[in-house]
Amino acid sequence: MLKKVEEIFFRGLMLLSNLIILFVLGLIIYSIFKKGLSSLSWEMLSQRPHGGYYYGKEGGVLNAIMGSLYLSVGATFMATIIGVPVALFMNVYLVKQKRVLNFIRYLLDLIWGVPSIVYGAFGFSLMIFLGIKTSLLAGIITVTLFILPIMIRACDEILKTSPMGLLETALSLGSTKTETSFRVVLMQSFSGIVTAILLSFGRAIGDAASVLFTAGYTDSIPTSLSEPAATLPLSIFFQLSSPVPEVQNRAYASAAILTIIILIISVSSRALSKKYHKNRI
Amino acid sequence: MIVLFYNRKTKNRLSTAWMYVAITLVILLPFMLGIGLYFKSSLLFVDNSLGDLLFSKVWKPSQGKFGFFPFIMGSLWVTVIAMLISAPICIFAALSITQYSKKFYLRIIHPVIDILAGIPSVVYGVWGILVVVPFISNVIAPVFGAKTMGYSILAGAIVLSVMIIPFILNILIEIFNTIPIELTEASLSVGATKWQTIKFVLVKKAVPGIMAAIGFGFARAFGETMAVLMVVGNMVQIPKNVFEAGYPLPALIANNYGEMLSIPHYDAALMFAAFILFVVVMFFNALMRMLIVRYDKY
Repeated sequence: MLKKVEEIFFRGLMLLSNLIILFVLGLIIYSIFKKGLSSLSWEMLSQRPHGGYYYGKEGGVLNAIMGSLYLSVGATFMATIIGVPVALFMNVYLVKQKRVLNFIRYLLDLIWGVPSIVYGAFGFSLMIFLGIKTSLLAGIITVTLFILPIMIRACDEILKTSPMGLLETALSLGSTKTETSFRVVLMQSFSGIVTAILLSFGRAIGDAASVLFTAGYTDSIPTSLSEPAATLPLSIFFQLSSPVPEVQNRAYASAAILTIIILIISVSSRALSKKYHKNRI
Repeated sequence: MIVLFYNRKTKNRLSTAWMYVAITLVILLPFMLGIGLYFKSSLLFVDNSLGDLLFSKVWKPSQGKFGFFPFIMGSLWVTVIAMLISAPICIFAALSITQYSKKFYLRIIHPVIDILAGIPSVVYGVWGILVVVPFISNVIAPVFGAKTMGYSILAGAIVLSVMIIPFILNILIEIFNTIPIELTEASLSVGATKWQTIKFVLVKKAVPGIMAAIGFGFARAFGETMAVLMVVGNMVQIPKNVFEAGYPLPALIANNYGEMLSIPHYDAALMFAAFILFVVVMFFNALMRMLIVRYDKY
């Protein structure tokens, strides 16, 4: 009897935990959209801040949206051309050297958890060391370093599951290791890799702490890599610290924009990974 | 022409070379981070001993006094309370997801976890300001007879606890799934109830994994910046209770980058804060990794 009670008690706690998680997500989405969508307008999406924007005059956050897109597309591109070859190298070239492989995975696990503010501080020192100013380029370099471990780990996780037979067949038919990597192994897991890239993109676009020191902030849309760039998370942060209610409302609207972008990324990566699971051997 | 371009060996050599360059960069990255931050903060050690830096309460950058103790305490308060909130939720949720849930519920909860994990830090901060801060100042604080604006350690901890739920939960789900099914089946077949099996077999077997998940969560929470910064109050003091404002290390770095170069040694101090974060996180991750190594063997 007592055992029954115990089980019911703990199952109650489990139910409660699940409900809390569902409730909190609902609450976050609801409160952001309720507050943000009311001040969201076409003007916010399509215009740069005009003079007096930060006192409540007209304008929008197009500078931040474009800045964020440039920055995260750039960083994701850089991280892809470094990260995907690394993941392939680990799973094609090093697949027999378990010790080396484990060491690299261990290192990746370690830096995977390093907070973005640390990358921000490091990026700032690197920027001074290289002699460049706060700019789109400095931001891209910092964010690339930040998402690189995430991207490699995610790709590795996917490539790890590709069957050894595939690799062996390709090699035994006379393909070079490059061809095996990029034409066979990569293609086999392609939609999984795209999911990993999308995940990193989401990380890049949402992170503020790493670009705080490095990307700078500006009201104009950057036209070259050496110009500073505004980012959406930072624009939310700065607008929120304003005492003017209109500006604060715009911060909420910007938060809603950022949330929508993240939701789109999340849904599409989910759809893709479903496809990946379907096509698996 | 085509033959020239389509030289397979050259292609292979080029791409292999690039892979070596890329992987060298990745392997060097943690060392670069550590050495770079240490080097940048080393100016601070000229006038201050390590003990002074870590345990002194005096924070007066303009006089060259850098005591990080209030910030370290601020970080610990926020992180520990956040862990106390989210660890039980994650453990129970992971148990129910892996042991009890039906297929259709999994189709709901997995996207929910994914979305929670994807929401940017700043958005969590905005949510904290909109919901958590007023809730604390209007509802929770009066119950305990405390007066606060709501911008407090507790607000930071609550926001943080929500942020790390998906992170810990995903690790826990993975860990519970690696426990061999034969173990639980054996227990069930000798007549144990489902709950007894979970309690005496599954959880017992997973204890190191659960500890590791919580440790990873701690390291993750310790370095979280923007969301906490927005709700925690940011006053340089050692908090005496959860309704007081605190000033965690990441917030210190993020808030002061502007005046970093105007006060001597201030930049070194901020880099030292980043270095502390780096060391703590790496240390925790290394430790927890050791705990779960055994799971890979199954």
